[in-house]
Amino acid sequence: MSALGAEPAGLVETLERAGIHLLWHPSLSEEGGPAALDVLEDCRCGRRGFDVLCVEGAILEGPNGTGGFHILGGSGRPMVRWVEDLAKRARYVLAVGSCAGYGGMLAAEPNSLEAVGLQFAGDEAGGLLGDGGCGTAGLPVINIAGCPPHPGWLVETLMALSLGQFRAEDLDGFGRPRFWANHLAHHGCNRNEYYEFKASAAEPSQNGCLMENLGCKATQAPGDCNLRVWNGGGSCTNGGFACINCTSPGFEDPTGSFLETPKIAGIPVGLPVDMPKAWFVALSALSKSATPERVRKNAREDRIVVPPRQRGP
Amino acid sequence: MSRSLLVGPFNRVEGDLEVRLELSDGQVAAARVTAPMYRGIERLLAGRPPLDALVIAPRICGICSVAQSSAAARALGDAMALAAPANGRIAADLILACENAADHLTHFYLFFMPDFAHRDYRERPWHDEAARRYKAMGGEVAKAASAARLRFLHVMGILAGKWPHSLALQPGGITKSIDLGERMRLLGILNEFRNYLEGQTFGDSLERIAALDSAAALQAWAAEKAPTAGDLRFFLTIADDLGLSQWGRGPARFLSFGGPGEAGGQWQDGKPGGLDLAGLREDLEYTWMDGGGLHPAVGVTEPKADKAEGYSWCKAPRLAGRSFEVGALARRMVAGHPLIRELVAASAGRGNVRDRVVARLLELALLVPAMENWVRLLGGQGAFCHSGDMVKKADGVGLVEAARGSLGHWLSVDGGRISRYQVVAPTTWNFSPRDAGGNPGPLEEALVGAPVGPGEDHPLIVQHIVRSFDPCMSCTVH
Repeated sequence: MSALGAEPAGLVETLERAGIHLLWHPSLSEEGGPAALDVLEDCRCGRRGFDVLCVEGAILEGPNGTGGFHILGGSGRPMVRWVEDLAKRARYVLAVGSCAGYGGMLAAEPNSLEAVGLQFAGDEAGGLLGDGGCGTAGLPVINIAGCPPHPGWLVETLMALSLGQFRAEDLDGFGRPRFWANHLAHHGCNRNEYYEFKASAAEPSQNGCLMENLGCKATQAPGDCNLRVWNGGGSCTNGGFACINCTSPGFEDPTGSFLETPKIAGIPVGLPVDMPKAWFVALSALSKSATPERVRKNAREDRIVVPPRQRGP
Repeated sequence: MSRSLLVGPFNRVEGDLEVRLELSDGQVAAARVTAPMYRGIERLLAGRPPLDALVIAPRICGICSVAQSSAAARALGDAMALAAPANGRIAADLILACENAADHLTHFYLFFMPDFAHRDYRERPWHDEAARRYKAMGGEVAKAASAARLRFLHVMGILAGKWPHSLALQPGGITKSIDLGERMRLLGILNEFRNYLEGQTFGDSLERIAALDSAAALQAWAAEKAPTAGDLRFFLTIADDLGLSQWGRGPARFLSFGGPGEAGGQWQDGKPGGLDLAGLREDLEYTWMDGGGLHPAVGVTEPKADKAEGYSWCKAPRLAGRSFEVGALARRMVAGHPLIRELVAASAGRGNVRDRVVARLLELALLVPAMENWVRLLGGQGAFCHSGDMVKKADGVGLVEAARGSLGHWLSVDGGRISRYQVVAPTTWNFSPRDAGGNPGPLEEALVGAPVGPGEDHPLIVQHIVRSFDPCMSCTVH
């Protein structure tokens, strides 16, 4: 449903403009019932060629490995079997969302659904389809991770595939396209000044940085959420709430609560990636001591109470 | 002559669905509705810190995400005895209204209308125009509707950070204050959406549509212009030609939890009544689950895949032992919209395929002006969020009207952790299986009598009836 909002023209039209035709989509296609099963069966048996299989939702292997928790309506067959078969025929396989990629929310403890992703179970390689190449083109499953993924991540990946411009080295270690996963959700955060001075919000709706108290993991989370923005101009942090690192395997089972930063001796456990702890502690102390009054005050308010000082030209 | 027909998979519904029909003399004699997927989200909420519900509950569904979020925030707020300040409440209402309006638009243009482009209707005089407008993945009007929808969802970029799966809705309000520039941008987005609806969907002002107060007024309005002028008129033309007011008649009982400025309530035996959920029970006789017959405040979810008499993962909510229809039609019945009350009365008090679609479009005409008004009320010095302490032990209830109808969350906190979480979603009401008394769910009842020809294996009338409820199976099998 996130993908339906692909800019600039909605999913179908945006893909059509790029010469990409949707063969079948459960929410959008005309064909249902026998006509839909015909399409799927033709693809499964190789009577009908197709380029990309997009899988949305966790693969449910339960109960007891039968796949019975998810039967494709009208087919009497577990969805997991359909996915296995179709994946063999596709040139490329895409996992759309962290559920299809890694198991995601449905694989949260205690995972009684036996939910896995296509090539990962959480952060362990394997999943339903096993490690390595997949699909006739030999690329691993491309994980358009996120809960939800940004519509652009899906559309741009499909466009690059259709132009033959997507290679194995364009994927990171968790199968995510690097064009968005090489960034952190922190990049471009509108709270950057509060972050720099460790001027933190303590309660929802306050202006300050969300990392120290309110659970924000944007400094660890792959994604260009604050560079490309969502729904015309938003993002999690811009909306005033924590990034929960939804593009990473295992995000569904955080240490402690999603919305509270776990700390040891007052220092957040989850430090920014690539940052040595001692330096983080030292720089935090330094920047806290240098925090301008304006930033300190505004961080704990829901509006700007101290504007930047006016300066002449 | 009798036969049995399994219809599925259903596309253009959210999630997985199949329907087994018993046919007799060219009609549906009985229907059994199956939700063939189980997701168990209630169970994984148990044992978590209470506020985690704000993260997990919206992920029940990608299209009703805000409704789930809103119900979770209200349940937590109820448990914490915390209420939002006026700004936070209005902003939260705007966020929910945006999702509901976007869902109504999506349903009409992308899920429901494409069926009229089907080649089986190629002899009908309106078919070519319907195909040009609404054909799945190609219709010109449907494409324009997608574009209008995504621009309308820019409301979410401003108020909720993103859609779906925002964490903006909190027990005490919303996570950001909305400044003057943002309020003006919101008005701009709403104005663009209003122009779209007035130009394309209605061919008339939203106020005029909202004020249609009788079946005669609707008919007179439709006759004012060519049948193709606006999609509502065109739909009414198609509905008349196919007799869509004859089919899909529900149980004649309607439920709504109410919304901003509207009290919740119910409608049964031809009369309105107050909202009393003490008699609510979830029957599990035909659900692949153990237990049953409990109020959701003490309910359990124990999957049992091999239960012989089971035929769905959907529970069967009943109020004082009776099924209820929920959704836009039920909401307008309970709120007392004169047009909807009259249309339903003319349909043996039960409503039908056409009425459900009319009610949804009517709500679009009601929601957008309400949203414009709420944006103007935002602002001043008031807070957008109150904070409160999480409780160690408490119960909470969150009741919301999602696009598809009444959504309730029942939460218990014990020892500072969630000890129980139960969700009753709109489609759980509408697409429930039979109960222990053998009483069918609303869709099962609505399908009875639908005409199905001897050679038909995927009857279009069944499609129209099923989709007229705008089902969300993902929520159903949470």
